[in-house]
Amino acid sequence: MSTIIKLTNITKLYQMGEEQVHALQGVSLEIARNEYVAIMGPSGSGKSTMMNIVGCLDTPTAGLYELNGNNVSDMNDNQLARIRNKEIGFVFQTFNLLARSNVLHNVELPLIYGGIHATERKRLAMEAIDRVGLTDRVHHKPNELSGGQRQRVAIARALVTRPSILLADEPTGNLDTKTGEEIMQLFDALHREGNTIILVTHEEDIAAHAHRAIRLRDGRVERDETVKNRRSYAARITA
Amino acid sequence: MRYAFAEFKEGMLIAFAAIRANKMRSVLTTLGIVIGIVSVTLMGTAIEGLNRAFNESIEAIGADVLYIQKWPWGGGQEWWKIRNRRDLKIQHARALERQASTARSVSPIVGTGRTSTYGRKIVQNTVVIGSNADFVETTTATVAIGRFFTSMEADGGRPVCALGSEVAANLFPAESPLGKTIKVGGYPYRVVGVLEKQGSLLGMESLDNRVYVPINRFFKEFMTRRGGIQIWVRASSVEEIEETKEEVRGIMRKIRGLAPKDEDDFAINQQEILIQTFNQIGVVIAAVGLFITGLSLFVGGIGIMNIMFVSVTERTREIGIRKAIGAPRRSILMQFLMESAALCLMGGMIGIMIAFPLSLIIDTILPTAMPVSVVAVALLVSVFVGVVSGFLPAYRASRLDPVDALRYE
Repeated sequence: MSTIIKLTNITKLYQMGEEQVHALQGVSLEIARNEYVAIMGPSGSGKSTMMNIVGCLDTPTAGLYELNGNNVSDMNDNQLARIRNKEIGFVFQTFNLLARSNVLHNVELPLIYGGIHATERKRLAMEAIDRVGLTDRVHHKPNELSGGQRQRVAIARALVTRPSILLADEPTGNLDTKTGEEIMQLFDALHREGNTIILVTHEEDIAAHAHRAIRLRDGRVERDETVKNRRSYAARITA
Repeated sequence: MRYAFAEFKEGMLIAFAAIRANKMRSVLTTLGIVIGIVSVTLMGTAIEGLNRAFNESIEAIGADVLYIQKWPWGGGQEWWKIRNRRDLKIQHARALERQASTARSVSPIVGTGRTSTYGRKIVQNTVVIGSNADFVETTTATVAIGRFFTSMEADGGRPVCALGSEVAANLFPAESPLGKTIKVGGYPYRVVGVLEKQGSLLGMESLDNRVYVPINRFFKEFMTRRGGIQIWVRASSVEEIEETKEEVRGIMRKIRGLAPKDEDDFAINQQEILIQTFNQIGVVIAAVGLFITGLSLFVGGIGIMNIMFVSVTERTREIGIRKAIGAPRRSILMQFLMESAALCLMGGMIGIMIAFPLSLIIDTILPTAMPVSVVAVALLVSVFVGVVSGFLPAYRASRLDPVDALRYE
């Protein structure tokens, strides 16, 4: 399978007042197309930094990051914006929808910045909204939707540009267990349809949906393993 | 191109959504711009009115007429020297009449203030003008009814007069003045004609509140000391006015017996001098007026800048979201610039809506209406103020780090 993400010796330093904090210290890994990966670790392990760098929101202090064969580790702001627009679909814990815009406009937004023509934009957006099952909520504002529905809108927005990776940061963190499970099933389905998914989480149950778990501790990869007890979480709640 | 349009539309949508979401704040912020635009447009209208008033009344002076006087228009020389100049005399006018071949007509002019009465009707402070029969030819005044006095009447100093339209209307509201005898400063004069309305000079002195009498009679009854007159010379055309001016100067110098090295001891004034002087003063008035009113617009701009900083801070999270999904810096910059430009444009439009009725009040003093150019410039200026004062906040927004912005609570 083709490699989509290749991190080589990624280091990230933060200056916190007087102190230098090593958020990441020489992380190297590869993720292939259509992998389903969970990045795990306790708080302070560097997983947020990892997600920011993988998501091209931030650049590493040192090391090489190749996304789809492009070296993104030393791109400028505008180039990174373009990469984020084309290659990455973000799903956040707090949904991060635009409160004043309806579902359709929220989903269309990446296409607007991607320069897609209005009719094509609407078609793609409707397709993505249909995929997450919210066709009947197209003209609703986020505050008229439930938490689960909001996260579906966010997923539709992430999907709409057909990105190389879906990057989800604690996607169920603000949802109750049942809704969280529904969202995870949606991710499972999206993975089966060929999407590459990276989950950033500290919950074992959520990580259990993934096929591979990368565990970080103190800015280093502690373990990189294939998930064995998949679906245990699903089994437990149905029991 | 298409990309730019979609972004532009997105920017507009965001701008109006933001203004709508903060109605009260938007209205209060834009108030500064409203006041600024009101004062600037009113000042612009007043300046325009002043120009128009000047241009209208300068026509009465005539581009082809030379005014030979003791005092030059526009000043510039030492007043004490001019004060000691010899007075112009009626003999000078006669000499010019005889000798100036390029002149179309020559009229001596002398004036004073007197009360005119007819029966119980009294007009105080009418300006009594003494002149010759060529007066209508020299000034291009037109006779509305009756006639002007003839040269025979003028030379003979007959007690006849022609009335300005205002005097005629005041003394004879209901009857024809022709053939009636009025009293000017206590002396009887028979009305032979009424002149057409001429308007006013610079919106101040009415040219219609006048009684015209033969100059010979004038000297007998109103001014026994002969002297202190003006001589108006009309050239055959505007093009030939410089020739006439030179000829008149030559004749005047000869009469006055000036040696070649002597300066002129009289002034030959013409419309052009007045236009030049007015333009100089007009530029200063316009500059000072627009600067002072522009200050209020500047203060309004600061208000906009302030509120845009607030807007950027409030929407840090939104900026983070937009950046995360791929908005380049330019889009964020444009979004906020459009918001502040829209805010100011709104202020500009409200300002014009307020200024327009106020300009009608100015209209009662100066002949003006708010010119379309002032409206267009006001709208452009308000957009410009919006872009300028929105730039710093918008730039800051565009430079926000997406990670920090997303984390902002």
